[in-house]
Amino acid sequence: MSGSDAFERYLAPTSLAQALAALAESGGAAVLAGGTDLMPQSRAGRVRSARMLLNIRRVPGLEAVEVDGDALRLGALATIATLLIHPLVRRHASLLSEAANHFASDQIRNAATLGGNICNASPAGDMLGPLLALDAEVELASLAGDGSVRFRRLPLDGFFSGPGRTLRESGELLTAVRLRPASHGQIVRFYKTGTRPALDISTISIAFAARRDGGGRLSDVRLALGAVAPTPLRARRTEALLEGSRLDAGLVAQAAQSAASEAKPIDDVRATAWYRKELVHNMTRRMLDDVAHA
Amino acid sequence: MSLTHEIGFTLNGVQRRATVGIETSALEMLREGVGLTGTKYGCGEGECGACTILVDGLSVNSCLLFALDCDGREITTVEGLAGDARAQALQKAFVAHGAVQCGFCTPGMMVQATHLLATQPHPDAAAAQRAIEGNLCRCTGYQKIVEAIVEAGQALAAGDAT
Repeated sequence: MSGSDAFERYLAPTSLAQALAALAESGGAAVLAGGTDLMPQSRAGRVRSARMLLNIRRVPGLEAVEVDGDALRLGALATIATLLIHPLVRRHASLLSEAANHFASDQIRNAATLGGNICNASPAGDMLGPLLALDAEVELASLAGDGSVRFRRLPLDGFFSGPGRTLRESGELLTAVRLRPASHGQIVRFYKTGTRPALDISTISIAFAARRDGGGRLSDVRLALGAVAPTPLRARRTEALLEGSRLDAGLVAQAAQSAASEAKPIDDVRATAWYRKELVHNMTRRMLDDVAHA
Repeated sequence: MSLTHEIGFTLNGVQRRATVGIETSALEMLREGVGLTGTKYGCGEGECGACTILVDGLSVNSCLLFALDCDGREITTVEGLAGDARAQALQKAFVAHGAVQCGFCTPGMMVQATHLLATQPHPDAAAAQRAIEGNLCRCTGYQKIVEAIVEAGQALAAGDAT
C-alpha cells in the first residue's frame, strides 16, 4: 500500500505568516486542508510539481464562520459539515447548506473544507455553483516584500481557469470566502443528479438564486451549472432572459432550452454530453417550475 | 525517498508516538505501524467507510487522512469503543438483528453509528440510513443494520443498554 513519496518536505505552520513564507519560498507546495481530494490525488501521482506538503490546519482562525461588516465570511477551513449545520450559514446562505446536504458522506463532510473544494477546482465541485450563484468573492493572502500579510479579493466568477486550475498564484493562500447575506425575498435552489444520493460525483448540478418582488418579477438572477464545462459556469444568457420577468410556462420552457444550450459538456464515464444537456434542460425546467409555484 | 516525521497523538485514550512518512495514511499507520487491525482497508478512496475512525470526536475516513495530520489529535478506533456504552448497545443490537454477516464493514459501521448516537441519541430509521450513507455493506442489504442502530438508540434511552 505504501506508495513512493512524491513530497520531499512537510510543514505544518502555526501562523498565517509562516504558511505564506513557506508558500513563497517553496515555489509550489501542495496545500493540505481536509485531504479528501489530495490524498487520492497524491497516491495516484497526480500532484504535479509540488515537492512540499503544506498542512494549513494548524493556522489558527482559518475555520471561522462570521459576519464581517456587511459580509458573511467563511474561513477556508470551514468544513462542509459546518456549512450544513452552522446557524449563520443556514440563515444567510442557505443555498450552501442545501448543497452541503447533498455532498458526499458524513465522514467526508467532516473532513472536506470549503477552501479545498474551491482550490481543487473540479468542474463538478458541489459548492462551486452555489457560491457562484451567491456572487461569492475569494480572499487570497500573500506575503508582501516587507514581510507583512496582504490580502486581495477576487470574484469567484472568473477565478476558475480550467479543470483543477484557478487564478490563485503559487505564493497565495485562499483564506476565506465572502458573500452578501441573503436578502429578504431571495429564492434559492440547488439540484444535483448522480446515480445514487450519497458519495456520487455530480453528473450535473444547478444552483439558482434570485429575488422576487411583490409582483412576481425576478431580479439579480443567477444560474450556475456544474460538471458541464471545463469550469463551473454561470449561464448568463439564461440569467438575462429571466431578469426582470415573471415566470410562466412559456418562459420556463425557453429558459430550460437556453440553459441547455449554454452547457458545454463532454462525454465521460459518468454521462455522455447529450445526456448532460438533457439533464440541464429537464432539471432547469423542473427547478423553475418549482420556483414559479413556490 | 522515504522521509519520516515523528508525531504524537492520543489513541483510544492513551498517548502515543509514531514515525510516519509524508504520504502515509492514518489507516496505514494504524494497521501496519500501530498494529490495530480492527479498522479495515476497503477502497482506499473514501467510498466504502470500512476505515472510519473518530478524530477529535468526528467520524472521518482514515484512508483519506494524512497520518501526519493526526499530530496532537485524539483518535478513536473501533478497538477504543470497547468500553463505550453507545457502542455496547450497538454491538448487542447488531447481534440481535443479524446485522453482521461477513463482518468486513462492521467496524466502520460501529464507529459511524457510535458517532451518530453521540450527536443524535434517538435516530429514526431515516436518520440511521442517512448516517451510514458513506458505509458500504455488500451482505445485509442495510435493513438489519438500520434496525439495529434504531434499536440501540431506543435501548440507551430506556437505560437497559448494559
